[in-house]
Amino acid sequence: MAALLKPGSGPLDYGNRLWLKCLFVLIYLMLYIPIITLIAFSFNTDKRGIVWRGFTFDNYVKAWNNSALIEALTNSIVIAIIATIISTVIGAMVALMLWRFRFPFKGTYEAFMGLPIVIPEICMGVALLLFFNESGMMEFVVNTPWPLNLSNIIIAHVAFCFPFVTVVVRSRLVGFNRQLEEASKDLGASEWQTFWKVIVPFMMPGLVAGALLAFTLSLDDFVITFFTSGPETVTFPVKVYSLVRRGVSPEINAASTVLIVITVVATVIAMKLQAPAKAGKG
Amino acid sequence: MDNWKDNRNVFWTLATPGTFWLFVFFILPLGFLFVMSFSDKAIIDGQISITEYDYLTGVTNYFRSVEPLYLQIMWKSIWVSALATALCLLTAYPIAFGICFAPDRWKPLLLLLVVLPFWINLLIRTYALIAVFRTQGYLNLTLGVAGLGPYEMLYNNFAVIFGLVYVYMPFMVLPLYATIERLDKSFLEASLDLGATQFTTFLKVTVPLTMPGIITGIILVFIPCLGSFLTPDLLGGANAIMIGNVIERQFKAANDWPFGAALSFMLMYATLAALMLRAFLASRSKGVDV
Amino acid sequence: MTEPIVSIRGVSKKFPGGIIAVDNVHVDIAQNEFFALLGPSGCGKTTLLRMISGLETPTEGQIMIGGEDMALTPPNKRPTNMVFQSYAVFPHMTVEDNVAYGLRVTGVAADETTRRTAEALEMVKLSHLAKRKPDQMSGGQRQRVALARALVKRPKVLLLDEPLSALDAKLRDDMRMELTRLQETVGITFIIVTHDQDEALSMASRIAVMDKGAVQQIATPSELYEQPTTRFVADFIGKVNLIDAKVLSTTAKAITCEAKGLGKMSVPTNKSCGDTVAIAVRPEKLKLSVSKPADAKLLAIAGKVRDVAYYGDTSHVVVSASDGLDLQINVQNDTRTGGSGVERGQKIWVSWAPDDSIVLTE
Repeated sequence: MAALLKPGSGPLDYGNRLWLKCLFVLIYLMLYIPIITLIAFSFNTDKRGIVWRGFTFDNYVKAWNNSALIEALTNSIVIAIIATIISTVIGAMVALMLWRFRFPFKGTYEAFMGLPIVIPEICMGVALLLFFNESGMMEFVVNTPWPLNLSNIIIAHVAFCFPFVTVVVRSRLVGFNRQLEEASKDLGASEWQTFWKVIVPFMMPGLVAGALLAFTLSLDDFVITFFTSGPETVTFPVKVYSLVRRGVSPEINAASTVLIVITVVATVIAMKLQAPAKAGKG
Repeated sequence: MDNWKDNRNVFWTLATPGTFWLFVFFILPLGFLFVMSFSDKAIIDGQISITEYDYLTGVTNYFRSVEPLYLQIMWKSIWVSALATALCLLTAYPIAFGICFAPDRWKPLLLLLVVLPFWINLLIRTYALIAVFRTQGYLNLTLGVAGLGPYEMLYNNFAVIFGLVYVYMPFMVLPLYATIERLDKSFLEASLDLGATQFTTFLKVTVPLTMPGIITGIILVFIPCLGSFLTPDLLGGANAIMIGNVIERQFKAANDWPFGAALSFMLMYATLAALMLRAFLASRSKGVDV
Repeated sequence: MTEPIVSIRGVSKKFPGGIIAVDNVHVDIAQNEFFALLGPSGCGKTTLLRMISGLETPTEGQIMIGGEDMALTPPNKRPTNMVFQSYAVFPHMTVEDNVAYGLRVTGVAADETTRRTAEALEMVKLSHLAKRKPDQMSGGQRQRVALARALVKRPKVLLLDEPLSALDAKLRDDMRMELTRLQETVGITFIIVTHDQDEALSMASRIAVMDKGAVQQIATPSELYEQPTTRFVADFIGKVNLIDAKVLSTTAKAITCEAKGLGKMSVPTNKSCGDTVAIAVRPEKLKLSVSKPADAKLLAIAGKVRDVAYYGDTSHVVVSASDGLDLQINVQNDTRTGGSGVERGQKIWVSWAPDDSIVLTE
């Protein structure tokens, strides 16, 4: 390897190695070819979606007119928004509590808080299925009006999202200089004012990152929703799952493309929101 | 850090919602599942009931879960996950390494491109793979032009392993990138300077010093692989089922919840064992933590 | 001069983005020299050292080690070893394994490895810590490990990158002596990079002073101090008073020039000068007197004491002579009661022998 050194290129300039560049191209292609073909074929006129027959928006129109698909998409977004708000608030509160206080059995408490992150989704899904069933919530939500009939899904999503928010917000809080808090109080601010004017602005990048993570996790979730959704309510992934089991169709491509665009845009917006806060981190 | 007794009001205000949620909607359901795993379907009027159970009747479900049929599936899930994790490591290491040594202006873009699929819905990504791999999919179409195939690429172990690697690779790249980026490059230079070849340097210096990242990456990929349901379900079909699919079947099609609960706990124990192994390895490689 | 062990011929290093780190450097380093590359940070000295080790490759020029062109030789095949600024002692290996590493990876027999490792540890007085991990050691000890690890390879050239910069003052003095001793015992050429002139002056047999990628002067420590060839060198090594002067006439051995406040003077030099020169005088070469010195050969200038700073063994006196010209004079406090013998505001004469003036043309 590298017995010959090119002029001006050191032995650690791996970035210039041809084999590494080739590998990069290969792996990035592997990552993106499926997604790009999926998006490309959402514009295909061919019904079976295999051969390129021409450009069209028909699939989008069809997807739009598929009321079940649209309902599922709306459900997904409503669930993701509500679950994100609740998870961010609860998760940030737990993060603040863990950051600020010493208390007995803190280690055990933290271990339990980490469990929803580590245990397999399917275990959590079946546990919640059992719980909602036994507690009668499953029957309850079936006959309640929208969006109350989404409540068990929202509850389930919050349960696996908020520990992630806690982790993200807490890692942000670790960098907080508590002298800022003391300085604020020294300057006459009350605890409440200090919280809103000093601690919350500092937490903001963590809150945004945590909220984004919660939003994506919720929108992305299939397994837990699959088990906790009542027979009548479906989310977008659950709907797509049932469609995919029946076969590939350009309509799914179109709907998927819409969801990809929503997530990518949300990610970009969140990153933009975060960027100036990061710069002023000091 | 304050003692919780110093400011009880603030403490309880902050602690209550999260603790409540965690307890009622996570611990309690797991408790239900735990009880269910020791229960049996009730027999009412000599018929096995679908909805009623006799609670805490014994450990028969666990005995069933270690029957050869299920043990085999468990074992297969472990090796499929292990293989997928190993392939993730093999592809992610050069990627993470390459990003760390890439010119600074390229780094954010390269990293973003690896992470972006992570933000895209898992189901959509899996669906995209189906379209590529199926018998009338793009890959076979391309091969057809070259006069090959068509090959059956879906509904086998290959498809499942490829799918798992495809879906979970970002989880491997991120911790590896973080440790390699923090690695003091003069260790590598010192090794080269002392006469080691690039390859020896990689084996004896780079790998041991990035071990924390490797272990984290392995855990982050192995655990979701082991518990995966969607990927083997859609890409593996009936030929390549994993433990997750068996659990799902007990709760949906087969309607044998007590047995499904027992299998879930077996899966959780396997996951916790992997986590404990990680904690053990981390404590052993403490001096290496860079 | 015998065949140089390291010969750097017209070496340049341009980094992407157009930064020129090293600019057309020529240096020959002889066998057994203790050679120092001295310069301010960012002058290219570390880049030059890394090019000798092979960790960077020159964009132009040639590096010869032991008479062989190193252009195509990767660092692991070069007869050089390096002590890194951060020491780069492998944290996952014991001290012993660190020292043995370079032997093991090049296939030296196990028994020889054991013997040489023990010897090297003995040499740096670390035998008793052989089984320790680096994170249980002090900075000074880690540096010794790095030294032993490099020396055990018996390189033709040992490269040291700022070896003393991370040590505290006391340890630095010990290590300085230790390095000199080691160099004499092992008889290997040492090339050291440093930004600290005291380090270079006290240890090296020859020094190359670098600035902005270029070598300014290569000379022995005393030559550098007493006969700097450029303003940069005069200013960088020790303290110096620089007086701008206009050249009036030149002969083969001296020039006559005129400086503000000093009038006409004749200063010995064999350099060919342009219209203007700078006269450099070291502070300790200047003498203070209350009246104009009687010796007419001395150069003298009147002024007023502006500041006196007391340093224990010496006092640094600043005298404002003619407008804009401040001179620093170092006075030995050679009696307990006398001090510098001058006070602020006092009128005073500063004088020195013409031979103590250095003529700088660039």
